[in-house]
Parts: sequence; structure tokens; C-alpha cells
Amino acid sequence: MRVALAQVLKGLGPLGLNKDDIDNVELVLAEALNNIVEHAYAPDDAAGRITIKCMHQDNGLHLEIEDEGARMPDGLPPTGSGQDLCLAVEDLPEGGFGWFLIRSLATDVTYARVGAANRLRLRLAVGVSDQTP
Amino acid sequence: MELTSTKEALLQMISVEEARIDSAVALQFKDGMRETTQGGEQTVLLDLRKVDFIDSSGLGAIVAAMKNLAPARKLVLAGLTPAVDKVFRLTRMDSVFKVYPDINDALAELRI
Repeated sequence: MRVALAQVLKGLGPLGLNKDDIDNVELVLAEALNNIVEHAYAPDDAAGRITIKCMHQDNGLHLEIEDEGARMPDGLPPTGSGQDLCLAVEDLPEGGFGWFLIRSLATDVTYARVGAANRLRLRLAVGVSDQTP
Repeated sequence: MELTSTKEALLQMISVEEARIDSAVALQFKDGMRETTQGGEQTVLLDLRKVDFIDSSGLGAIVAAMKNLAPARKLVLAGLTPAVDKVFRLTRMDSVFKVYPDINDALAELRI
């Protein structure tokens, strides 16, 4: 997965994004891929294909990630709301941050089941064209 | 997942010698921390200066390390790079952990 991430980031080179934006893309992609590996492709399954497409438009970077794993429960991506951290140390959560991070950094998150595939689309407001006044 | 450890009277500094704490190495990180801190009593200072990427798995593993040390010992963090700091801030985990931007401040404070 690290290799795939590195390749995508390398492909973004021509966009000349600043480091903060590149970090955001990397994090969002890493979280989405983690979810696919952990949930869509269950441990027993043979290795599955994941397709990542990036398209830069005026309103940012559009990502489309497809996998051929199990469908998302309820056909909806989790809302991943921020977790209450006013807890004793032993009760602190060790997981569940992934979707929260995706939702914090990306917009227009949509999920569709397309035939036997899952398609996740999201947009990051990076490399946005300046609006002419 | 390489961790180097130096023990002093009042603190144990553990430096992560990897650039990434992500899903690929989260489990090794947890195991490594558990092994390296076993039987000790001091506050643990986690030196993250070489880490330039963590994801939610990495964050979870650091939380797990903190839970493993509690309640007798504290885990504090130092040297967070921008991308790592961002993950802690977005999840508000920077309010749960004591975070020192500069490792020298951490050492100065913990050695008293």
C-alpha cells in the first residue's frame, strides 16, 4: 500500500501542491485504503484489486477509489464523528479515527455500489484555481 | 519497526527510527513499545522527530502504548513533524497527550 501511495503522490508532482496539501491527500488516501483492506477485503480473501484515480479540476483534486470487496453496510460511508475524549486513559479509543479524518479533510464524499465494486469518490480542496473577482 | 531507547533516572526516551507509523507497522510498534518499556518505572518520552507520517492506525498504536503504561507511568510526545501534528490536532488527541514541540524542552522539564 505504501508503494501505491508513493506513486499517487509522485503523480501529483506537476500540480505543484504545497506540503500541507500533499500531506492531506496522503492521509485521506491512506485512510480510505486502510478501510478497504480492513473491511472490504476480509482477511481470508485472496488479494484484491484497488483502483485509484485522481483528477484535478478547478475546485480541487477529485479522487475515485474502487475496490471489488464486500459492500459497505447500509450503503453509506460512516459519518465518523469526533470522539469524546473526556475519558479515563484506560477508556480512550484506539480506533475509529479513520473516517473522521477523511471527513475532516475531504468534501463531497460519496459511495456507490457499482455492480460488484465499491466506488468511493471524494474531493480535496487543494490546488484550487484563484477566483477572479 | 526500529525503536532506540535510553534510560535515565527519571525518564526513558524512546526514539522511533522509522519515517512512518502506519497500518503496515502499527502492530510492531505496539509490540516494540511494550517490550522496550517492560519492567520500567520512569515516564516515557516518545521521540517522533524522524516520523513524518502517521495515519489512524499509527495514532491508535500510540494511544495503545499510552494505555499500556498507565496508570503507573506517563507517555509524553516530542518532536512532532507537521503532518503528525496535524493528525493529533484534527482528532483532538493533542489534548490527551502532553506534546512538546521541541525535544529539548521535554528533556529539560522531565529531568527535574
